[in-house]
Amino acid sequence: MSDADDASVLQARGLRKHYGTGEGLVRAVDGVDLDVSAGETVAVMGPSGCGKSTLLHLLGGLDRPSGGEVWLAERRIDQIGEKALARMRRTDVGFVFQAFHLMEELTVVENVELPALLAGRPPRAARRRAAELLERVGLADRASFLPSALSGGQLQRVAIARGLSNGPLVIFADEPTGNLDSAATLDVLRLFESLHEAGQTLVIVTHDARIAATADRMISMRDGAFVDETKLTGGTRGNLGALAGLEG
Amino acid sequence: MQQEVVLAMLAKEPSHGYQLRARLRGALGPLGDAMNAGQIYVVLARLEKAGLVESERSATVADRADRKMYALTPTGQQRVAEWLAEVGWPKPDLAEFHLKLVAAASAGLADPLTIVDTQRRELLRRLRDAQRAAMAEPERSDAALLLEGIVLGLQADLRWLEACEQSWIGRRSGS
Repeated sequence: MSDADDASVLQARGLRKHYGTGEGLVRAVDGVDLDVSAGETVAVMGPSGCGKSTLLHLLGGLDRPSGGEVWLAERRIDQIGEKALARMRRTDVGFVFQAFHLMEELTVVENVELPALLAGRPPRAARRRAAELLERVGLADRASFLPSALSGGQLQRVAIARGLSNGPLVIFADEPTGNLDSAATLDVLRLFESLHEAGQTLVIVTHDARIAATADRMISMRDGAFVDETKLTGGTRGNLGALAGLEG
Repeated sequence: MQQEVVLAMLAKEPSHGYQLRARLRGALGPLGDAMNAGQIYVVLARLEKAGLVESERSATVADRADRKMYALTPTGQQRVAEWLAEVGWPKPDLAEFHLKLVAAASAGLADPLTIVDTQRRELLRRLRDAQRAAMAEPERSDAALLLEGIVLGLQADLRWLEACEQSWIGRRSGS
């Protein structure tokens, strides 16, 4: 890698995804450069149609770019073969989607262990790992339930546990709170926060400001490109009391 | 009415008082109806006294206050630039922020989207603080409920910013 930062786990250089031709050309992602450090939580925010989901798919190897490069832990992934890419998706990254994408006919613990089994782990080890992860997301007591018996917030926590199954380098989340109410959103945010504290790297695309506000870094995306970037870790000028109508 | 709003409306070009009023009414719609016709002249007089605005009487028209042409002084221009970069606290005044975008765009002083981004950064920081505080409280506590109110309020502000962003992107690309 050329100007690689040693701590960088995920990088994109000049990343592009174009659809169509001529008049109908859509530049869904148009020249994105990104460096994500290990352990960092990055939120990409933007209006619907700005290209953020497409970007996530390119970064996670779910889709191939029209141009540019994607590097995951020092390995260029945008050009590797289908088989290697599929293996990479199973073992090196985890995905969390708005609609959870759990298998309805499998129990909670079976859903969570699935990626480990697909990656060739012994069933016992996979089950043990799944049980640990359910403990971690606070749903150990729901292990044998079917997804249909769980609330939206619980389903998303299961999906996050599943995403963690193979100890991924990066978790990619696409609108993870899009289907959740205020309280369930807070639960998911708490979970992300605990993952962050444990050193997990997270890349989240969302238009939910609450998620963006918990990230280390917030990137605004418009028309396929990054237009603004903020580190949110600095303090605010006033105190919160003023927002509740209390004198400062 | 805020002095800065009147100043910013002047940033596009030297104008008569009635033109400023028309510009404000155009930007505020029915909400501008509440504006008192004389108010703008009171503000203009105050601004002139403060050295932020200068006026010139048109020679061609009869001697009416209305025929005075107002323009920003260099100090006035500076004040407008500062105002555009300021972030409101504790809450952004909706009309003020809206007029900031309108004025910035019409006078070509700043990109409205940059102003939106600046405002969003600040609101996100506040949201971050409020949310961290909420996450630290036990569920269903009194404190958590008040903090949730703050979080929801900030979310609403941020959603409106999103609407501003969409609208100004649309205007820029002429669609």
